[in-house]
Amino acid sequence: MTEYVQIAETVTPLQGAIHRLEAQFAGAVRRDDREGFSGVIVDSGRLVEVATFARDTLGFSYLSSATAVDYLGKAEGDPLEMVYHTYNLQGGPALVLKARTPRSEATLPSLVGVWPGANFQEREAWDLMGIRFEGHPNLTRILMWEGFNGHPLRKDWHEAYYEEDTKPFDSRWPEGRVSRAEEHNPYGRNVKYPADFALDGYESLAEKALYDAAPMGVHVTDMATDRVVVSMGPQHPSTHGVFRMIATLDGETIVGLEPVMGYLHRNHDKIGERNTFLHNMPFTDRLDYFCSMSNNHGYALAVEQLMALGKRYEPPTYRAEAIRVLMVELTRILNHLVAIGFLLNDLGAYFTPLMYAIIERELILDFFEATSGSRMMCNYMRFGGVAYDLPQRIEGTAALVNDRVRDFDTMHYLRDLINDRLPRAIDQTNDLLTTNEIITNRCIGVGVLTREDAIACSAAGPVLRASGVPYDVRRAEPYSIYPDLEFDVAVRYHGDIYDRYLIRLDEMRQSIRILKQILPILEETKGQPFFAGRGGQYNPRIPAGEAYGRAENPKGELGYYVVSDGGQNPWRYHVRAPSFINLTALEQMCKGHKVADVVAILGSIDIVLGEVDR
Amino acid sequence: MYGSGIVRGLGVTLRHFLNTYLEDIRWGFRRHVPDEAFPLRQGLETRGIFTVEYPEEKIATPERFRFIPFLVVENYDHPERPGHDWCTSCGICAKACPPQCIWIVRGTNPETGRPVPEPDEFYIDIDLCMNCGFCAEFCPFDAIKMDHDYELASYDRTTAHVFDKQRLSKEFRYWQSIAPTRAVEEAEARGGWEHKDVLKQREKEARAQARASGGEGEG
Amino acid sequence: MTNSDGDFLHELHHPDVPVPEAVRSVVTVTSFGKLMDAIYNWGRRNSVWPMFLGLACCAIEMIATASSRFDQARFGMELLRASPRQADLMIASGTVTKKMIVPIVRLYNQMSEPKYVLAMGACAIGGGPFKEGYSVVSGLDKYIPVDIYVPGCPPTPQALLYGFLMLHKKIDGQSLGNRNSVPWYSRTPGEDVPVPVLGPDIIDPRQAYLLRRATTTASEAHASA
Ligand code: SF4
Ligand code: SF4
Ligand code: SF4
Repeated sequence: MTEYVQIAETVTPLQGAIHRLEAQFAGAVRRDDREGFSGVIVDSGRLVEVATFARDTLGFSYLSSATAVDYLGKAEGDPLEMVYHTYNLQGGPALVLKARTPRSEATLPSLVGVWPGANFQEREAWDLMGIRFEGHPNLTRILMWEGFNGHPLRKDWHEAYYEEDTKPFDSRWPEGRVSRAEEHNPYGRNVKYPADFALDGYESLAEKALYDAAPMGVHVTDMATDRVVVSMGPQHPSTHGVFRMIATLDGETIVGLEPVMGYLHRNHDKIGERNTFLHNMPFTDRLDYFCSMSNNHGYALAVEQLMALGKRYEPPTYRAEAIRVLMVELTRILNHLVAIGFLLNDLGAYFTPLMYAIIERELILDFFEATSGSRMMCNYMRFGGVAYDLPQRIEGTAALVNDRVRDFDTMHYLRDLINDRLPRAIDQTNDLLTTNEIITNRCIGVGVLTREDAIACSAAGPVLRASGVPYDVRRAEPYSIYPDLEFDVAVRYHGDIYDRYLIRLDEMRQSIRILKQILPILEETKGQPFFAGRGGQYNPRIPAGEAYGRAENPKGELGYYVVSDGGQNPWRYHVRAPSFINLTALEQMCKGHKVADVVAILGSIDIVLGEVDR
Repeated sequence: MYGSGIVRGLGVTLRHFLNTYLEDIRWGFRRHVPDEAFPLRQGLETRGIFTVEYPEEKIATPERFRFIPFLVVENYDHPERPGHDWCTSCGICAKACPPQCIWIVRGTNPETGRPVPEPDEFYIDIDLCMNCGFCAEFCPFDAIKMDHDYELASYDRTTAHVFDKQRLSKEFRYWQSIAPTRAVEEAEARGGWEHKDVLKQREKEARAQARASGGEGEG
Repeated sequence: MTNSDGDFLHELHHPDVPVPEAVRSVVTVTSFGKLMDAIYNWGRRNSVWPMFLGLACCAIEMIATASSRFDQARFGMELLRASPRQADLMIASGTVTKKMIVPIVRLYNQMSEPKYVLAMGACAIGGGPFKEGYSVVSGLDKYIPVDIYVPGCPPTPQALLYGFLMLHKKIDGQSLGNRNSVPWYSRTPGEDVPVPVLGPDIIDPRQAYLLRRATTTASEAHASA
């Protein structure tokens, strides 16, 4: 497994690392010198070598994201490009490795051997882009089903309801005769079949492929129990949505577990590439639907990075940044409270802790609703600031002021919420649950993820930090006004369910600490602009280039890889979803435990399907 | 000790239970008189039961609340142009709409064939609308706004879910009633309660008149 | 209830069926049927158990509706059951994808009559903001019958509760004597909805004839060319 090497190079800047790569692999590594792009393009034949060198010698041991870009018509030979963002766990910017392959015979060596965290991401690239990874242990479709026709993210693949390459569509104005998309399809549905498809005698591969992979049948050895393959989900109360697992059991013990996803695959990337940059903002709300504010923030960061490549760029104002941090940290508390509630659900305390968590959630949502207009789908951040200033008052709720019932003043509401209500809720959760014997019995020592495995599997967020890696994007590659704020990166060392539970409590406490520092900033900056530059632009100009904006979301590191060709729409828009990649380690955590522990382990990773499947 | 966790958990529940009644006593058992007690019970000081007894009680929707958009038209008793659309069919909302669920037919003058600032038809497919509010945010004429009416459940989607212009139109008065402070802010930005074009027209007329009367004075 | 009972109820509503003298003096028979309807519907409407079919973002609002603040138990919807066998109402809350419609149709077939389907949110109604995508079903009602549509993205909990009230109204409007409104008392058992197949794209068996026709024309065109 990956050995975490701490060597002198870790302190040298990225440039040094690139120099060493060039020196070591002369001829096989060249810089990506397109304007606005960074990183190195690696000869695909030596990709594994370069990756191993970057990991072991240069210290870039953490693979954050691996994704493919289709440069149809944008580069010579219309290649497909695989982009790997690797990080040093000491902090600092990414070393970006890129490898190209021709689209007709798209093949690249698999990096699962170097970073096991590439596993699902390579499967996704195969599924959606059609790049074959040689040496991948299980290269099957992951989001679509086996047997699906084509690789949908390729630019020349068109779906059944395809209308135009980019939005806005011409058919909407000025001659916008309304019609539903299904009216234009011969089947009246969102379907399209290949012309040579013969229905008779067709056998669906979707389910068959799943069970073929699981070792079925009776293996009687020394009167041991039989193996059984159990399919759990997608309709199951404890899978946190439409998630499915194919578990192979030996008696009650898990010997193999294959996560099956894609039941909520909503083509976020494909739609995102058709949308204009701003159109994507409300779509990001629907990724991790508990944390729409944080998703907005990550996307705004990515696009602002791109905008910074241009000439006239004004960074968000201080007030805008303060409001963003306020929103994001409130979201973190909200998410963690509910995550603990759901974890307890999975442990058998059916709904009661969740009910209490939801009271606090509702109170935070009241604030979100009054500020942004919607409880869950906030769509609040814009490139360069936020959409509106904080409201005067929070309608619908009231406080007693001098014994008179008054609508809440916003600052009053926030002060009460942050200084009084939320700390009390966190303490109550702590008192109630932390020493509860059922929880300690079922959580301590179960589902252990070691530090090395956590890094290798690209785990992120609380899952990574509960395994003893103090890696937090807010500190490792600071953004927004986090450098001005005082807080600690919570870290726990056992990597079991219990530590993943505790670390959420720790993080909530740190969030409260941050929020307490934000309140005076909000008071001070009252009346200052909350938006930089000209507001009211529905189509801001984004220069060509690439950006990888990442934010520390409650569930882990959320990254947006955005490539712009200078037009209205992103050329490539990819979401590095923490829940999706955290699942890579699920099988490892579950092996050897009982079936009942699986739901608890899954609950402790805290996934949300909107983000897993996108 | 085994069982202590259960006891503590029950303790929390008991506290909530008792608090509900303590609150009741505090309000003299008038908790279901909604005017005062209800918003307070929904606020941060909530202790006991927290339930909104919909449909008898409804949480007030904040001014910025977003649901399906509606089109602002002049009040039906407007002296000059009752029921006239504020929308000038500029098409910005249709371009800014992420799922592209707005269809607009630009109005044309039947005699000259030239476009007129008024939509002939305006549709929103609410089966696509994601309530994002971009249309309202970017409309330069304050002509499309997010509605607060969320009670839209229906038995049939084929007939009821593509909102046409008639279904979408609501009086300007309605917008003033659901978002009083924002309506005032917008009016200040426009420079008056009327539609931008009307204000511009009036200004032009006033200027023309001033010039005319000024000219007369001189002459 | 057996078929003969169904016939009995049916007769109650039939004006030509003679009414015994003794009964006639006590109640008027037409209202007896209505009374049965009222009692029966009152009971059904106040004990609708929804199925916990959380598909996407809307599911979170459904959970919010079920918990502390909005508390759908006030409508007799005590528990969200995960099993279709114990549920009367399928709340499809969220985006229905092609991969997910297969289990959803199976779940629907497993629910026992009388069953209702509520499509919550723009996605379940008609595909919503993701409709244009290649893996999204444009509306649950393309595969299974839907009784109530609750628009919004997401509908707020109060909007969903309003949808429940609409459902109550619908149940109240159903009459035991009218087979068109209560198909579950008909002589023949209700037919299952055919389960779609995941092929190169999703295949609805009910559209097989269309598909066959399309492929034959395609191959004919191929042959002639
Ligand atoms: S942006 Fe406003 S004025 Fe322009 S078409 Fe839309 S509603 Fe009408
Ligand atoms: S709210 Fe958003 S999705 Fe709905 S019509 Fe307006 S711009 Fe389109
Ligand atoms: S209707 Fe909106 S909130 Fe509901 S599932 Fe669809 S995208 Fe999510």
